[in-house]
Amino acid sequence: MSAETLARWQFGITTVYHFFFVPITIALSLLVAVMQTIWVRSGDEKLLRLTKFFGKLFLINFAMGVVTGIVQEFQFGMNWSEYSRFVGDIFGAPLALEALIAFFLESVFIGLWIFGWDRLPKKVHLAMIWLAAIGTMISAIFILAANSWMQNPVGAHFNPATDRAEMTSLIDVLTNPVALVTLPHVLTAAYLTAGGLILGIAGWHLAKIGKPGSEKQEKDASAYRWATKFGAWVLLVAGALSVVTGDIQGKIMTEVQPMKMAAAEALWETEQPAAFSIITIGTLDGSQEVWSLKVPGVLSFLATGSFDGKVYGINDLVKKMESEAFTNSNVQLQKEVSDRLAKVGVENWVPNLPVTYWSFRLMMGLGFLAMAIGLWALWVTRKGGVPKAGKLWTAMMFAAPLGPLFGNSFGWIFTEMGRQPFIVFGVLPTASAVSPGVSAFEVGLSMVLYTVIYGALAVIEVGLFMHYAKLGLPDVVEPQVITDEDAPLTFAY
Amino acid sequence: MFILEVPPTGAAFGLQVLWFILIAVLWIGYLVLEGFDYGVAMLIPFLGKTEKEKRVMINTIGPVWDGNEVWLLTAGGATFAAFPAWYATLFSGLYLPLFLVLVGLIIRGVSFEYRAKHPDSRYRTLFDWMASIGSFLVPLVFGVGFANFILGLPVTTDAASPNLFVLSPSPYFWQLFSWFGLLGGLTLVALFLFHGSLFLALKTKGEIHDKAQAFAAKVGLVAIGLGAIFLIAQNLLHPTGALGWVLLVLAAAGLASAWWFNGKGRDGIAFISTTATILFVAVGIFLTMWPGLGFRDAAGGADSPLNAMNASSSQLTLVLMTIFACIFVPIVLAYTAWAYSVFRRRLGTENIPDDEPAPALAG
Repeated sequence: MSAETLARWQFGITTVYHFFFVPITIALSLLVAVMQTIWVRSGDEKLLRLTKFFGKLFLINFAMGVVTGIVQEFQFGMNWSEYSRFVGDIFGAPLALEALIAFFLESVFIGLWIFGWDRLPKKVHLAMIWLAAIGTMISAIFILAANSWMQNPVGAHFNPATDRAEMTSLIDVLTNPVALVTLPHVLTAAYLTAGGLILGIAGWHLAKIGKPGSEKQEKDASAYRWATKFGAWVLLVAGALSVVTGDIQGKIMTEVQPMKMAAAEALWETEQPAAFSIITIGTLDGSQEVWSLKVPGVLSFLATGSFDGKVYGINDLVKKMESEAFTNSNVQLQKEVSDRLAKVGVENWVPNLPVTYWSFRLMMGLGFLAMAIGLWALWVTRKGGVPKAGKLWTAMMFAAPLGPLFGNSFGWIFTEMGRQPFIVFGVLPTASAVSPGVSAFEVGLSMVLYTVIYGALAVIEVGLFMHYAKLGLPDVVEPQVITDEDAPLTFAY
Repeated sequence: MFILEVPPTGAAFGLQVLWFILIAVLWIGYLVLEGFDYGVAMLIPFLGKTEKEKRVMINTIGPVWDGNEVWLLTAGGATFAAFPAWYATLFSGLYLPLFLVLVGLIIRGVSFEYRAKHPDSRYRTLFDWMASIGSFLVPLVFGVGFANFILGLPVTTDAASPNLFVLSPSPYFWQLFSWFGLLGGLTLVALFLFHGSLFLALKTKGEIHDKAQAFAAKVGLVAIGLGAIFLIAQNLLHPTGALGWVLLVLAAAGLASAWWFNGKGRDGIAFISTTATILFVAVGIFLTMWPGLGFRDAAGGADSPLNAMNASSSQLTLVLMTIFACIFVPIVLAYTAWAYSVFRRRLGTENIPDDEPAPALAG
């Protein structure tokens, strides 16, 4: 395999893996902050127990997010040095700002939150988790602005003297329409996932306790009931918003990357109105579709907002690209760089269709599945109802977080694979962005070792996570600020 | 908001100088802060004889190590934003060494968190070793790296894209391990062990404090010996004039002062002394890296073909980044200082509760 193919796989593996931890970090930090806020305001002990319980699960997850995130920042330079050189003037800024503004905030305040229970007054300590949660959100703003620039490279021009893209306006980069709609979509998907996680764990415990037999069980059940409903509501509200934002995103995508929308459906011929196939049996290369389940007009609606809108097919889009490429683009950089692009050459304008087609459906399907579970959970727990423990309930409680978690992965796989063959859409082909000096041996070796290390860590992390999730709510004592230098800390590592 | 038009380029060398200095400052922040947590973590399996002693050690760095590491990430991000070609050439050129750094950072980063939570003591021992080995690996590689920046990494333009610089020969790996490169690695490890044991002494009380002091007295001599050879060799191999020798004397004075005050039981002044040493050594190294950024001409020419001017971002990006840095660096410094003051208390084994990692009370 070539260094380029290996570098692509390495990016895929390390990035998908990293993003298992990101949505939970972003959303659970804030949801734990909400729980702690309710406790601080009401003094309700069950909220303190929930804060500690989900806080611990949050930290197990957070540690992995931190260490796998470092790889992300380094690998642009390691595997994609020509990309880094070509776009660094624009792409580097949000990355640096993310570290300076967001990572410091997250890291310093999460440390204060973990170790500060008995050193900071209650309200100051509460502010620590809020600041850390805000840090994770600022981080999302910058990294999504960076990614959205790769989809729609606005705010930049081409400088032939330096042979690279250079910034014309940071405001344009940060207010890229793709970024403005991607941010809420990614955030709501994160809350959908974390809501599912809270629902899944609390709901599982609630069913396990069943009818409380002791005072302690009564106490536990009341906390789990609160969390089950809280998680389900977060899941449903976030899920609904992710549908809305995803819909807007689809329309913007159709404007700036029509090929990606065609690839989402594997739509070969332009159609008006265009149907959306829920499932297709057979190949997607336009040659031998055996059977597909189609809903008329829905693809038109997803792409244009009208049920009889015109959706361009792959054949027409390829024809257009082969004749004019991006010479008539509204995006300054794409237009200016088109001569260079013609020299570099594009081998195949069409993304990998089986990947785009199925990842698009899995993203949506898994999200909807979780929302159905959320509704079901609310229905079952209404008016003090207790879910019946059993295989079905357990399966649903696992699916509530895992569905959206993998849905997130498929969403990203769709968005990144749908951008191919470009690393920066219409500007720089992925094949020409790899590090020229790096050998297949180096990329291959590091990829194998990353996979081994990540695999081993996954076993440990999942084991610990399950251990503490099953252990359930901890007993708590009200945290007090300790002033005696020799007294044991109420909490230490 | 501020600047919507592209200002005329080629205006000044000024912002390149400023960003080179800022990147040096970020590295110094990283080396000073994470330096001590590497030192402490390396020592966990060796100085911590009992479970509680190990936990005292971890708790001295637990609240702050993650923030310390962000200095490195910000240095990396700032290099990407301000000098994209430097970032591109360096990170791809030193592929395997950076991979080792990442492995080190990964295995140590998870170990603190998981050690505190894993119910099985065999796993806790494993995590202690992961923390220790990871914390050894990173400064070892960075030490070798900085020594090679002093010598200059040989670059040439890539045949396919003349604006991209690559190391030559490529891959450039075994060449890194000259005697001077290896000396750099060992020196940085020794320096961090010294710095870390002084931090441990400063932050602990009782038996573990005395052990840290005794260890510092020993490793301090090693650090002084290696540091002296390294700094003299640096000034001979890559002279930076009188300033280089002044920095050498200051760095050496810092080490001597750290050793002396450690012997007198003055933990605070001893720790400040190694901090000063790290500062002076880093300033000396970054001086040798201007304006060639730690590269040299692979063809043997006098000047590096890749330098702070042709590696840098456009004027607009540098101006914007400067504005953000002016606002946020002071803010970061302020809340970081506050975080350190919150955890200023010395810890002893009597402060460590019994029940971790049992279910109760954990955050």
